[in-house]
Amino acid sequence: MSATHDQAEYTSVFTGAARTELDTIMSRYPTKMAALLPALWIVQRERGWVPPEGMAEVAEALDLTPAYVKGVVTFYTMYHQHPVGKHFIQVCTTSPCNVCGAEGVVDAFLKHTGCEELGVTSADGRYTVIEVECLGACGFATPVMINEEFVESVTPDRVPEILSSLK
Amino acid sequence: MGYPHKPHERETLVLSTHFGDHEAIPLDGWKKRGGYQALQKALGMTPAEIVDVVKASGLRGRGGAGFPTGIKWSFMKPGDGKVHYLCCNADESEPGTFKDREIMRWTPHALVEGCAIGAYAIGAEVAYIYIRGEFTEPLRHMEAAVKEAYAAGILGTNAMGTGKTVHVHVHKGAGAYICGEETALMNSLEGRRGNPRIKPPFPAVAGLFGQPTTINNVETLAAVPHILNRGADWYKGLGRADNPKSTGTKLWSVCGNIQKPGNYEMLMGFPFGEFLHEVCGGALPGRKLRAIIPGGSSVPIQTLEEAESSLMDYEGMVAGGTMLGSAGCIVIDDAQNLVKQIARLARFYAHESCAQCTQCREGTAWTTKILERIVAGDGTTEDLDTLLEIADNMTGKTICVLSDSCATPVVSGIRKFRGDFEALIKKRKVHPVPAVA
Repeated sequence: MSATHDQAEYTSVFTGAARTELDTIMSRYPTKMAALLPALWIVQRERGWVPPEGMAEVAEALDLTPAYVKGVVTFYTMYHQHPVGKHFIQVCTTSPCNVCGAEGVVDAFLKHTGCEELGVTSADGRYTVIEVECLGACGFATPVMINEEFVESVTPDRVPEILSSLK
Repeated sequence: MGYPHKPHERETLVLSTHFGDHEAIPLDGWKKRGGYQALQKALGMTPAEIVDVVKASGLRGRGGAGFPTGIKWSFMKPGDGKVHYLCCNADESEPGTFKDREIMRWTPHALVEGCAIGAYAIGAEVAYIYIRGEFTEPLRHMEAAVKEAYAAGILGTNAMGTGKTVHVHVHKGAGAYICGEETALMNSLEGRRGNPRIKPPFPAVAGLFGQPTTINNVETLAAVPHILNRGADWYKGLGRADNPKSTGTKLWSVCGNIQKPGNYEMLMGFPFGEFLHEVCGGALPGRKLRAIIPGGSSVPIQTLEEAESSLMDYEGMVAGGTMLGSAGCIVIDDAQNLVKQIARLARFYAHESCAQCTQCREGTAWTTKILERIVAGDGTTEDLDTLLEIADNMTGKTICVLSDSCATPVVSGIRKFRGDFEALIKKRKVHPVPAVA
């Protein structure tokens, strides 16, 4: 468990509107288990990551074991198993973007966010920068995903302006 | 309309007609552009009649494998007493490919309509659109379109007032290239890890939730309303006259070192050389095109000469020593370190391997390590033999083709650009041997 996470702070996600949302989603599938990925997305949206208690809560709602849920969480790269910075920055560096200079974009983000290292959250908690495999926007090299938003055609010189536009 | 550039006069716009047109996104704008006429027509036909039209059109799967869509649909037997499902594969993740993204961003209702027709044609009452988690904007548009379609009575238990049931649901993935493999997609949709399944049984026998299932790519389904509206003969007439096996138009995603990257809609069989140099604007100033990966990163790399003499359809690309794949064309010029880019592709596959099969789990990782060693200047000539040997062990021996896909650029790269590897190896750093006391 992460040092910044206190188990006592966890409050249930699936109450009120989120519970209704999950029930609506579950009605679309013939099995409860099929709602697993959507349920994990709701936990991440509400808590910023998927803590062990969130996995346990999802397991209970869908009649699964926490171990099974963890097995699924760890398979998919988009579920955060640890808290991340307020702005989670994913820079595509797969070949189509790589030949257009994506590594320079990564360097610029590391420098201007103060993260210095991939996957490490900046001291002020604002940023985490990672390299991501193909974002599926290769014609708009280099695409960068910041939380839920896409920024297309990013070059190193645009990075300071992009960062200053983030709240 | 073109996107992100104006359409080229040599393009043939069918699916991309409304790319860049904000008014085509919502339901009322889509209806003004002829939307849902095909679904209305389809719901008045029998499923078998729709399958026959699609068969006659010659439409083939646009996700990479190129399987004839009508034949795939005919494997499903409406009325067999079983629950059927349609899955739309919107997990577009093949490096170089970004066409489905544009279909969903600009014409979400085209996909809803295609899914509804497809579901009805295979005797399914439910279709799921599985969208990769990173596609947040296409996801928003698809969710909004589905919501609008339900509110307007297009979807639901009385679809377009016909008394027929057609449900379409959007399902968000969570970051796994392998979920674009059809059986992995089904596992993922069921709430499992995205591990591909051993076939048989094939999805048409036992697919999603163990039921007969058809999986089609976004572009395939989006083409169906046009075929129903304009007829199988019209669609069949698009393409080169001497090759009836490839019909219609194809969206080509073009990226990398090229003047005008973007999506282009071309007739099947268009000359690839003219496409690259004329339609896409050719090389960047002062550079030369050198290597082309025409069908997404999983197909063999072409030399420029091979590409220039290829025709842009399923058979033309095979004749050119490669495959059409998903038509995600990656252009690499003479300013790039080609070996580094092949190593980067190998790293992609190593990252995305689901790790079920040993050949893939170990092969993708070791291929990456050896290639990165060569790029770093520590490679040997024996490494090339080792890479080819590993590639052989990775081809045709695993549950799915991710392993083969990793081997493909390595084998074609060494075969066609061996000099690039040897040049790096020749520059090998000599590490001083420490004196033994």
